[in-house]
Amino acid sequence: MYEFAYHRPSSLADAAKLILEAGDNGKLMAGGQTLIPTMKQRLASPGTVVDLGALKDLAGIKVEGNAVAIGATTTHAAVAASKDVQAKIKALAELAEGIGDRQVRHLGTIGGSIANNDPAADYPAAVLGLGATITTNQRKIAADEFFKGLFETALKPGEIITAVGFPVPEKAAYMKFRNPASRYAIVGVFVAKTAGGVRVAVTGAGQGGVFRVPDMEKALAGNFSAKAIEGVKVAATSLNADIHASAEYRAHLIGVMARRAVTAAG
Amino acid sequence: MPTVNLTVNGKAVSANVEARTLLVNLLREQLGLTGTHVGCDTSQCGACVVHVDGKSVKACTLLAVQANGSKVTTIEGLASGDKLHPMQEAFREHHGLQCGFCTPGMVMSAVCLAQNHPNLTEKDVREGLEGNLCRCTGYHNIVQAVLAGAQAMRR
Repeated sequence: MYEFAYHRPSSLADAAKLILEAGDNGKLMAGGQTLIPTMKQRLASPGTVVDLGALKDLAGIKVEGNAVAIGATTTHAAVAASKDVQAKIKALAELAEGIGDRQVRHLGTIGGSIANNDPAADYPAAVLGLGATITTNQRKIAADEFFKGLFETALKPGEIITAVGFPVPEKAAYMKFRNPASRYAIVGVFVAKTAGGVRVAVTGAGQGGVFRVPDMEKALAGNFSAKAIEGVKVAATSLNADIHASAEYRAHLIGVMARRAVTAAG
Repeated sequence: MPTVNLTVNGKAVSANVEARTLLVNLLREQLGLTGTHVGCDTSQCGACVVHVDGKSVKACTLLAVQANGSKVTTIEGLASGDKLHPMQEAFREHHGLQCGFCTPGMVMSAVCLAQNHPNLTEKDVREGLEGNLCRCTGYHNIVQAVLAGAQAMRR
């Protein structure tokens, strides 16, 4: 790992100032479970790392009316173990329990995951699938406006995620087909029936990261059953192809995982 | 150079480290606690697992400065004198190791898992050890050891 300047600010304002000053050469770090391995492999070499670990106010889970607000530095383990999340959005607790391994879940955070927007990450599927709202130190961003492409988000320089607000759905489930070695999602599908309609979000498969499947959403709006989407095909043209799965296989898996998710949502 | 203050296996320690120093390097190279192993260097194998404030984490995926102010327990901190921790004893009893390289991480993950699950099942153990790789034993005896160790910890 290359050398870097390390800061551990004690206020959000200081963190924003430090990361803005660092410019393109700066990286925010929450749990570090992606950033540190990436730096160890010298795939990233930030000159400045701003550690959000001392900002204790950024961690925590609150039920606010018909929504669950999860602080940006809340760990995957905390989300998985939360009685509130289990009661209100079981699919989200289960998704968190399926990220990485126990050691990763003890440190990795929801804010870190969605700010990184890895195309195989699980959380982006839940954020987009539930139509969550991302709160930053500057504004609120709708999930549909947040994910901009591979490892790209709507976040501006100096902008820090503080919380993610998830509307409580009527039904929801997440199903993923894991790579047997890495355990990352080859395809993951989050399906939710919410007050705002049915949403289907896919991770692991898209060349541009997480995306919605409007044809499935339309079919499920009228009839929320696995049968309703049996005939809906997703085109392979904009899907990833690699040594693990071809684009055509991923397209097929999206249908399979979506039907399983609808069935699991009940 | 930043200074970190930690409690390691019950003892207060203070060390000067580079910002890029990983917790595992501080433990092994500066504090001489070489029971914590580095198996892969890519954050996948779990040989470096220690407890930070009671939670199992990969010491190779945490900067020493991030752990400043924390309580750290390594494999060296489990036994009381000559008396092995029940989880260590169970690994010995159930032949839960062959070469032993992954064992410190396995044991530390298993202790944390047992502390958080009052009634561990075989499925819990297999899922709970997903982040620990062993290239010798095929896992079966490790799972048996963890189940027995967890039971012994409750006594």
